[in-house]
Amino acid sequence: MSTTPLDLVVVSAGVSEQSSTRLLTDRIAQKTIDALRDAGVPATASVLDLGPLAVDIARAVVSGFPGEDLKRAITRLGAADGVIAATPVYKAGISGLFKSFADVLDNDLLVAKPVILAATGGSARHAMVPDEQLRPLFAFLRAMPVPTSVYATPEDWGSPDLGKRIARASTELALLLRSGVGREIADTAWDGYQHQFSGNATRAERSAADVDFTTDLMRLAAGGGR
Amino acid sequence: MQFGIFSVGDVAPDPVTGRTQSEAERISNLVRIAQRADEVGLDVFAIGEHHNPPFIPSSPPTLLGHIAALTKNIVLSTSVTLMTTNDPVKIAEDYAMLQHLAKGRLDLMVGRGNTAPVYPWFGKKIRDGVGLALENYNLLHQLWRNDVVDWEGQYRTPLQGFTATPRPLDDVPPFVWHGSIRTPEIAEQAAYYGNGYFANNVLAPNFHFKPLVDFYRQRFEHYGHGRADQAIVGLGGQAFIAKRSQDAVSTFRPYFENYALFRGMKLEDYMRDTPLSVGSPQEIIDKTLTFQEGFGDYQRQLFAMDGLGLPVEVALEQVELLGTEVVPVLRKELASRRAPGVPDAPTHASLVTAKYGDAEPRQPRPNPNRGDNLSGASPYQDTDADVQAHFPAVV
Repeated sequence: MSTTPLDLVVVSAGVSEQSSTRLLTDRIAQKTIDALRDAGVPATASVLDLGPLAVDIARAVVSGFPGEDLKRAITRLGAADGVIAATPVYKAGISGLFKSFADVLDNDLLVAKPVILAATGGSARHAMVPDEQLRPLFAFLRAMPVPTSVYATPEDWGSPDLGKRIARASTELALLLRSGVGREIADTAWDGYQHQFSGNATRAERSAADVDFTTDLMRLAAGGGR
Repeated sequence: MQFGIFSVGDVAPDPVTGRTQSEAERISNLVRIAQRADEVGLDVFAIGEHHNPPFIPSSPPTLLGHIAALTKNIVLSTSVTLMTTNDPVKIAEDYAMLQHLAKGRLDLMVGRGNTAPVYPWFGKKIRDGVGLALENYNLLHQLWRNDVVDWEGQYRTPLQGFTATPRPLDDVPPFVWHGSIRTPEIAEQAAYYGNGYFANNVLAPNFHFKPLVDFYRQRFEHYGHGRADQAIVGLGGQAFIAKRSQDAVSTFRPYFENYALFRGMKLEDYMRDTPLSVGSPQEIIDKTLTFQEGFGDYQRQLFAMDGLGLPVEVALEQVELLGTEVVPVLRKELASRRAPGVPDAPTHASLVTAKYGDAEPRQPRPNPNRGDNLSGASPYQDTDADVQAHFPAVV
């Protein structure tokens, strides 16, 4: 394995001072790093808190482009090896802040990116939110969510079951990262996805050297029929 | 270097007075704005085709034909002509006619536009947008260069033995710019033909369009039209000018903050993060010079300055300030910065010289009506006899 530590980015839409969402993602991140370390793979994690970016995110939704701070955050996310995405549940759904952030991402930013989906809520009634709302969202982004999602209520912090779910999800993420399958999918199948020239994705085409000139449309651009 | 203004002919309530111009007022005001641009020595007036309220330019050739009759020197252009939903044959005819009436003071910017329902309104599919733009331009290019065209494509009914009339003025087609903000295929087409490439340079971060401009430059060189730094690049921009900086900001603020596209934005942030220039003539000059620093030497700079519900008196004053206080300084400064060998944007005169040198330009004279309202396979008296066209049988 490479000696550069794997880079995990935690996207957290928790906003309160003692955010239980952040508490949950800290646990998941630590467990994932532990699982990787046990396998001899160094990893680091950093947190992308959406709260401080809330105004930038709202502006980007309206203007159609991210400001400098938000753009830096998006670039950081696009460069991550693995992602832990977590949102509080508000009014029976994911937080609007989280969804708005997802709305301003390039469609190809997270292609084949291994992701743990997590949410926190006030009661067990909303336990399906990660699977019913986050999973379709990340499917649209062509990301690769691990099989186990994590949902936590206040009561769960007294339950060993939460620790087991965290461990399971972390193990799944660690195995996906160790296999390198996400990176390999993105490397080999990249041309098959829809892209935006000069977008934010790590592999985005940025110059003539990156562009495929053999497509039907490129041939048409160079005067030829299809 | 050419300087001018481009407009989408939007109608918006004036947030200061609450008044909305009627379509009749906006149309005649746009004509006044174009006339003023001509009077103050600007080089280009361009109008962007739209097909729905609150925009008035559904028929740019009609509007520009009228303006051509009222102006002396200014080059008329479009920003953009929809290359997707218009029939390229009609574009060839309309703009060749306009080119004659404007005595060559015409070029054309083609593109895809930004209004999704226009596609279904004109019976097209938005998913075909890029293909339509590319294929239709390929046909337009032939129609303006070959007296007789046989053609078959994916989107339009085939043509056999078709002649687009009138032939372009002096048999020299209007220069074409391709406008695009995200599509490398469009930049590739501009490069392939050696045409101009225009990035609107509005509603996006500073230098957001640099990768596409650089792509076009590289491909222009690749196709052998010249060095990358000789490629024909145009940029847009948005400006509001007042003698004193603080007056510019305070006058412009209500128009900016109440316009749908900018709601929720802070004017100062937008001025910092995007190409929008609001301030004294010197501030507009300084910011525009950064475009040259970022994008390299370029050939055409157009500003949007008549929209957002500005009263016509203010828009006219803007055009005047641009023409008298800003552009003369920019002309001098940009000329002094320009690398050797970087060309100006082509004009009708320069294209005629390039094609004919000192010789007389071709003036096509049609052959007579055969009796079936056609003039035969060689439509012009001087048509190359080797050009053979296949006519379908006339039933």
